[in-house]
Amino acid sequence: MMTDRIRQLRRESLRAINTLSAERALLVTEFYKANEDKGLPIPIMRAKAFEHIMLNKKLCINPGELIVGERGPAPKAAPTYPEVCLHTLDDLEIIHSRPKVSFKVDEETRKVYRDIIIPYWKGKTIREKIFSLLSDEWHEAYSAGVFTEFQEQRAPGHTVAGKKIFQKGMLDLIADIDASLERLRTTKDENIKAKMDELEAMRIVANAIIGYANRYADALNELAQKEEDEVRRNELLEMSSICRRVPAHAPQTFHEVLQHYWFIHVGVVTELNPWDSFNPGRLDQHLYPFYQNEIKNGTLTKDGAVELLESFWVKFNNHPSPPKMGVTAQESSTYTDFALINLGGVKEDGSDAVNELSYIILDVIEEMRILQPSSMVQISKKNPDRFVKRAVKITKTGFGQPSFFNTDAIVQQLLSQGKALVDARNGGASGCVETGAFGTEAYFLTGYFNLNKVLEITLNNGVDPLTGKEIGIKTGNPEDFKSFDELYDAFERQLNYFIDLKIEGNNIVEKVWATEMPVPFLSLIIDDCIANATDYNAGGARYNTSYIQGVGLGSITDNLTSIRKHVYEDGALTIKDMLFALSSNFEGFDDLRYKLIYETPKWGNNDDYADRHAVRVFNSFYNAVDGRPTYRGGKFRINMLPTTSHVYFGSKIGAMPDGRKAFEPLSEGISPFQGADRKGPTGVILSAAKIDHIKTGGTLLNQKFSPSFFSTEESLDKLVMLIRSYFKLDGHHIQFNVVSASTLRDAQKHPEKYQDLIVRVAGYSDYFNDLSEALQNEIIRRTEHESV
Amino acid sequence: MEKGLVFDIRHFSVHDGPGIRTTVFLKGCPLRCTWCHNPESQKSEPETIRRTNKLDGKEYAATETIGRYMTVDEVFDELKNHIPIFDESTGGVTFSGGEPLMQPRFLLELLKRCREHDIHTAVDTCGFAAPELFRSILPYTNLFLYDLKIIKSDKHKYYTAQPNEIILNNLSMLNELGASVMVRVPLIPGITDDEENLLAIKEIVKGNNSIKRLDLLPYHHMAKDKYRRLNLPFELEDLEAYKNERLKEIELMFSDLEMPISIGG
Repeated sequence: MMTDRIRQLRRESLRAINTLSAERALLVTEFYKANEDKGLPIPIMRAKAFEHIMLNKKLCINPGELIVGERGPAPKAAPTYPEVCLHTLDDLEIIHSRPKVSFKVDEETRKVYRDIIIPYWKGKTIREKIFSLLSDEWHEAYSAGVFTEFQEQRAPGHTVAGKKIFQKGMLDLIADIDASLERLRTTKDENIKAKMDELEAMRIVANAIIGYANRYADALNELAQKEEDEVRRNELLEMSSICRRVPAHAPQTFHEVLQHYWFIHVGVVTELNPWDSFNPGRLDQHLYPFYQNEIKNGTLTKDGAVELLESFWVKFNNHPSPPKMGVTAQESSTYTDFALINLGGVKEDGSDAVNELSYIILDVIEEMRILQPSSMVQISKKNPDRFVKRAVKITKTGFGQPSFFNTDAIVQQLLSQGKALVDARNGGASGCVETGAFGTEAYFLTGYFNLNKVLEITLNNGVDPLTGKEIGIKTGNPEDFKSFDELYDAFERQLNYFIDLKIEGNNIVEKVWATEMPVPFLSLIIDDCIANATDYNAGGARYNTSYIQGVGLGSITDNLTSIRKHVYEDGALTIKDMLFALSSNFEGFDDLRYKLIYETPKWGNNDDYADRHAVRVFNSFYNAVDGRPTYRGGKFRINMLPTTSHVYFGSKIGAMPDGRKAFEPLSEGISPFQGADRKGPTGVILSAAKIDHIKTGGTLLNQKFSPSFFSTEESLDKLVMLIRSYFKLDGHHIQFNVVSASTLRDAQKHPEKYQDLIVRVAGYSDYFNDLSEALQNEIIRRTEHESV
Repeated sequence: MEKGLVFDIRHFSVHDGPGIRTTVFLKGCPLRCTWCHNPESQKSEPETIRRTNKLDGKEYAATETIGRYMTVDEVFDELKNHIPIFDESTGGVTFSGGEPLMQPRFLLELLKRCREHDIHTAVDTCGFAAPELFRSILPYTNLFLYDLKIIKSDKHKYYTAQPNEIILNNLSMLNELGASVMVRVPLIPGITDDEENLLAIKEIVKGNNSIKRLDLLPYHHMAKDKYRRLNLPFELEDLEAYKNERLKEIELMFSDLEMPISIGG
């Protein structure tokens, strides 16, 4: 049972209004104004700016809470990062008044922006720099919706804490910095100056976070003196002494380790606005030794641990993703900031990692039912069915969490990318579904890639039919193609052209971040940045990977299948007629559209006629990207996930041969197009398993079930079997949306009654009311798999 | 090669035996149960039905042929890439109908093929078939899903068009031969759910060692739409669905049987 304290903290968190706070922007501006002329090396400048923020930002101690530290001055007050992306006054108005994912911006904030922040940062931001360096061809493709760019208004990040920070304090890391400095001095390194600056920057930020924690220790102590309730007074005193110890020293207790992580989390997301905020990763593994020890000593009870965990959960929910704009807001239209708690999986030695705490945390997830943090279970063949079933029971309640990941596939993916076995086993998935070696890898997502737009451009010989601009290469007039293979070759050439363009752009963007916007604080956390004396953004991590995320596999498969069947095999119409029907958005071609939708094999039904096209496109995409070098010395890889970009990308494409009308959403992840799967979930998983998931850094498969499917113990067992079957076939991830279509329709009509309705979107869950109408409709349409 | 008349192959069927299964529906049935929820399975020949599909508010008339003559190879092609799923879930293939024993040679070939590939097999039968047909498939059938509907033969005949002596005799024979059987009882309000009938079913189940489990299948409305499409009259149009309390009562009647009882499948 949830305690009164947690009930209140949870309620406050749910009630808090999302606002935009100028506090951080003001502090960073103040610092830069005062120090810009001092000629400080960039890492030192960044480190001192961080120090200035941490030593001056407002402290926040919410009534009754056990873990302290907020990203902004109050829960759901989101800071901004003008050195990366500067909001104009118009932007602020849009953010304030847009119907979805809005943040209230008060008059005072607008005034501060107008008078101080905008005048200082205009022309100096990373965003402006990046856009000015990218080529015209890049901009044309970007505007046409061929791809997106992740790092144009948010920092790379995309990483997860490893076990190191649960075992070391900042003072230990400073000792590591000293050791690294010592090595530098004794070896001849041509970059010695830059490396020493970077290490010095890391030392400054390590001390700064200790300073931040000490401020909390003082404030809590002060509050304790004024507190009349004795129980709370003792709590405040205990919290004060915890903040005095961590993160300076390695944590010793369960309470300490949670507060310790939380200070580090706040540090990472205050330094910059990295994607996927930050993430404690394998939480049941990291916390278990502390739990075991205290239970044994009698200094902690199970209920006490649950209360601390739930207090910790609320902290994540207090942090909406920082306000996004433009294409970034469209591709990732959500308050979720993608911290994804991992449970289960395997230990370093390969054995079953599920422990008592894994189950306790699942209880917490079920009881809290809040948007953030997201949660997932890693399922290895070694994990017990009981664990899987416990997780399935939570998804039954219909809030889309936890999702299910295949540990054995993740380990294979990481190994095939050249990681050490231990690092692979310490890995997992973060964000939506992204594979990573936790604590040792900098894996950047660089942008979504619109496979279907490439086909549309191919069908128009390099021209974007929506604008009439020639933005691709001339791959030939489709009317001259004699066979489907000729068409496919043209598509592949067009694909390679746009991938080249994206990769060229990525390397420009990576260079800007590597050279101009180091992150010494995040570099403390991820190995081996300290040992390499190199920043996280500049390739300091042990492993460096950059991903391009393919979007719309289901749609591209159905489009190619449709062209092959109706044009090249059945000869029902010529490609010219097809293109005419598409350019007419099927006006006057109802019967053709009917045929395309109802009389064409579709992805997701275990039908090779359609599925071979998925495999072919997947391989073309993989071959175009995989293994190519990145600016910071890593490799490009692929994964297949959309967040909400399938809606955005759909809005940039006209009618297509699968019968989809202009501007409608595409399929998401590797899932079938909405409603196209008619052979049940086994048909879907057998299709989905035909692509080689091991060659990716994550794929996303969404399955919607009506609640009735979960009605008996036996059917829960069968869902466990379904998950196990998919994972045996090397599937990477599967998630369940358990809600009836009629419920959702009612929610659309009466949003007020469904304010708590959370649904699985694509790799994350969101409030149904916060989704665009198009996305709401799409979720309603996704096939409900009634039990046979 | 032996051809058979198949009217559907459905995957991820989870109520027709253990694990995740694929159910192959063979067309043709000797019974005509008034409550039949698969009326398209009754006739031993292909049938054409009309359906309408909607797109943007416009209706499209489509005709669909129910029933396709398939070879054993063709059926097996649709099953074989599900083998990893059968293995993982300890599932398999269920042959249902109609009455699969209406096509005994085709069924036997399919069962043998599954056995060759170590696939678990179940046969969902109404029991109305010659005893020697049961004997012939028994070595290749891991599980029988056996319907018991009405124990009084004349009443059985009234509602299903056939008497039930053969059905009851076959069930005892399967017991003697050591088969594994799961009994399924359709609960039809006012037809099969009176106390006398249910107690008689219980007695039979009690006296038969081969029966490992009992499923009670309450009547539902799903069939209505099918009858309309097939242009068939549906005699049970006005029947009310069960209330949960009534189902609990019925379940309680069977609770002292020493086997798993499930309701609703």
